[in-house]
Amino acid sequence: MRTISQRQAWTRAAMGAPLVVLLVLFLVYPVGQLLLLSVYGDNGFTLAQYRQLFASSVYLDVLLITLKISLATTLVCVVTGYPIAYLISVVGKERKATLLFWVLLSFWTSFLVRAFAWIVLLGRNGVINKLLLSLGIISSPASLLYNFGSVLVGMVNALLPLAVLTMLSVMENIDRNLPRAAATLGARPGMAFWKIYFPLSLPGVAAAGIMVFVTAIGFFIVPALLGGRRETMITQLIIDQVQQTMNWGFAGAIAVLLLVVVLIVFAAYDRLLGLSTMTGASAPRNAQPSRLSGPVVRTGDALLTLLGAVSDGILRLLPSRRRGRNPDQAGLGLQAFVWTMLLIISAPTILMIPLSFGSGGLNWPPQGFTLHWYETVLNSPLWTQAMLRSLLVGIGTGLLAMLIGTPAAFLLVRSDIRGKAAWLAFILSPIVVPRMIIAVGLFYVFARMGLVGSAVGLVLGHTVVAVPYVVMTMMAVLRNYDTRLDQAAQSLGARPFATLRYVTFPILGAGMMSSFLFAFATSFDELTIALFATGGLNATLPKQFWDEVTLQVSPSIAAVSTCLFVFMGLLIFVAERLRRRAAAR
Amino acid sequence: MVSSSLCIRELSKRYGDFVALAPTSLDVAKGEFLTLLGPSGSGKTTLLSLIAGLADPDEGQILIDDADVTHSPAYARDIGVVFQNYALFPHMTIEDNIAFPLKMRRVSDAEARRRTAEALETVRLPHVAKRYPRELSGGQQQRIALARCIVYRPAIILMDEPLGALDKKLRDQMQLEIKRIHRELGTTIVYVTHDQEEAMTMSDRICLMNAGAIEQLGTPQDLYFRPRSVFVADFLGESNLLSATVRGVDGEQLDIVLAEQLAASRAVGNGSRFAAGEPIKVMVRPQNLVVGEGGQLSGRLTDVMISGSLTRLYIAPETAGLPQLVAAHPTRSGSAPYEIGQRLSLGWHAADAVAIHEGKGS
Ligand SMILES: Nc1ncnc2c1ncn2[C@@H]1O[C@H](COP(=O)(O)OP(=O)(O)OP(=O)(O)O)[C@@H](O)[C@H]1O
Ligand SMILES: [Mg+2]
Repeated sequence: MRTISQRQAWTRAAMGAPLVVLLVLFLVYPVGQLLLLSVYGDNGFTLAQYRQLFASSVYLDVLLITLKISLATTLVCVVTGYPIAYLISVVGKERKATLLFWVLLSFWTSFLVRAFAWIVLLGRNGVINKLLLSLGIISSPASLLYNFGSVLVGMVNALLPLAVLTMLSVMENIDRNLPRAAATLGARPGMAFWKIYFPLSLPGVAAAGIMVFVTAIGFFIVPALLGGRRETMITQLIIDQVQQTMNWGFAGAIAVLLLVVVLIVFAAYDRLLGLSTMTGASAPRNAQPSRLSGPVVRTGDALLTLLGAVSDGILRLLPSRRRGRNPDQAGLGLQAFVWTMLLIISAPTILMIPLSFGSGGLNWPPQGFTLHWYETVLNSPLWTQAMLRSLLVGIGTGLLAMLIGTPAAFLLVRSDIRGKAAWLAFILSPIVVPRMIIAVGLFYVFARMGLVGSAVGLVLGHTVVAVPYVVMTMMAVLRNYDTRLDQAAQSLGARPFATLRYVTFPILGAGMMSSFLFAFATSFDELTIALFATGGLNATLPKQFWDEVTLQVSPSIAAVSTCLFVFMGLLIFVAERLRRRAAAR
Repeated sequence: MVSSSLCIRELSKRYGDFVALAPTSLDVAKGEFLTLLGPSGSGKTTLLSLIAGLADPDEGQILIDDADVTHSPAYARDIGVVFQNYALFPHMTIEDNIAFPLKMRRVSDAEARRRTAEALETVRLPHVAKRYPRELSGGQQQRIALARCIVYRPAIILMDEPLGALDKKLRDQMQLEIKRIHRELGTTIVYVTHDQEEAMTMSDRICLMNAGAIEQLGTPQDLYFRPRSVFVADFLGESNLLSATVRGVDGEQLDIVLAEQLAASRAVGNGSRFAAGEPIKVMVRPQNLVVGEGGQLSGRLTDVMISGSLTRLYIAPETAGLPQLVAAHPTRSGSAPYEIGQRLSLGWHAADAVAIHEGKGS
């Protein structure tokens, strides 16, 4: 072991401390407070809240519904996301960029905008009803909204991009020679896929599954906007408790319930697959021997063989359109499916654009052309102030997250500190803990610190949830950075600061810019924390959007949606450019 | 004994505008050991993947035992491939990797186990059966890739630099092993390597590739002693290449004049036709350049390098227009030491001077 000098130890502490302090003050403490509130009443320790929670079946029913919706969402996302990720991972560079753009655009378009678009699309006078009517499939408008189906559609739309991107990160690392090798060894395409490619992609499927499930379980935007009473999810209960009855203790108890469910899911995942597979990327290359026991593995293997044989049987029945020639040529059916899915997740937001210029309200087809809705928005101080505030808070969050996250990333990559994995898990915990729990905890703490309604509070809260992404991005960038360049600069006479100034930062610049944008976008689109921390006044854009959309569905929201959509589209374009420039280095 | 002949007709492959393989024809006989040799990027892997059915050719035909397989899928060709980067399945044990082709052919479990063990014996790694690929060294993985290929006795085996990652000793051992497998199974083998020495020692014939086309195809002796182009002469072994002009042609014998020298000398053709007055290159291998009295050229010694068994002399000829020459002879102990700057006379036997067309061979 290298001995580290006193000074080095101080430097390290200074690099890591801000992040640790931030997370302790604004994650651990608030969440801890909230959990404590659930067992401490006015007269000390009490389980009254939990008794109430389990007294009737109401809350358990909500939990069951939440689980049902989350499971269904996960299932649909993973099953439909798999072919999309697969296609993206096998096609050539240019087509990959196109496909990826649509996934990213959807990924970055606000959940609110997408959910709102579905309200319009599925409404009585929406596109779908109009289409079904004109095709003569129905004779009067069907009520497509406020049921399980509409919630599922909204949830899948919200989380499919996440599933695709997670699986893609694993699939991109599968050696494309492996299915080819299988082909030369005599495996038909179906067999090569099920016995070779699919097992190697499983870590990605599992990671996508848990990410989607855990996000879905903490969701409230979609069920609130697209669901009826019977699709109430658990986070909505927490909002009700806090906003309507100010019952912190009971909100805390529900939060505990939610947290316990999430932890059980993670524990089960760890038991079955090992949490280390969650970091995805490196998994397929050095696939761990599965933790599953012998019989399970054998059954799985037999199942895969069967699937392979069945697929090959089906393929043989198909007309022999140069079938199976090239193991990595994507079939037409696959392409058609993927484009249909991409269309389904992108279309709602895009259909919003003509509606926002129409004078006939939100009915399909749009009528006339007017800028009225845009004028309404721009003339409303509520909207303009919200916009300004969101920009401000976003930039503040971006800067703070960079300032705190970058040194921590340096520390994690460049020095061998003890318990690195544990530190990393701690830093990533804001992603794992349901956002709602953080938000309510922060609200409680902010209320006592007088930070509710202040921009500072928002920036702090948003930094907590944005900083893990900054650390992850910067760690990835730093890992690819050749430290010999620094040594070269120093050997040429540059002092440490000059090295940073002239060598390190110019090279890392693009990576830093893209992680800044990531943090900015996270804040710009953040609703959960803003829901409480803005305190009814001083709304951010998502909060203002939420307030409006829960009040009434108006065309001016379509105008705002269009603006947000275009803004995010530009942002991705810039970020992607930067990322590529960084990668090209 | 399973073995097939392979016939390639005008096969070509482009990636966008880039021609990875120009229209190429090639015949490989049953049981032949043919090596594709060539610099990096010359299209060796491309040609191999076309043969294996892993890439679609733009034009041309592939025949195996006279049956057209140009459009049949990889799994139906009965061709074994040892991939350049091994392509072992990371989620399967070594045993399962090797048994995979047998399973695909519905060989019974007992039989598969027996043949897997046998293949592991052949590559001398019987103790790694239960391990995963990532638990093996690069060289061991390469040998497993070989085992996975021979275990199902394909009629044609394609190997893409199968020994690239091995150290010298293991490499020599495996070369013998591959030759032995080739002899015993009688399989047709198309072998790719960067290493000219490996190509020379192992092959029945060598196909030297350059920039997506065949530069020369022939036995190792052919390529070494009768190179058809400057590229071949340069690529295979060390050579001295002197500019010359043809004076007269007498069957295989040529009368030539070296560079700006007036004295006539003689050379042999490389099998192609030459015309009087044609500018050519004459190749003399370093070991055929005789240092002593009364040679065709004279020059000054600029450097001496003794590399174990061989002594190399670098000589700047006094005749204008000739490049630096290198002569090699076995190192002799106790002989008079050379002095830098010393004047030497150089010569060669006419039979050791090979005439080559300038530029590309015809
Ligand atoms: N998928 C591809 N897309 C574009 N160009 C390609 C592709 N595959 C190969 N090439 C190009 O075709 C040329 C021939 O490549 P090939 O892999 O056949 O070379 P090689 O002779 O096997 O080289 P090496 O000895 O380095 O393995 C190279 O210039 C390569 O860049
Ligand atoms: Mg190659």
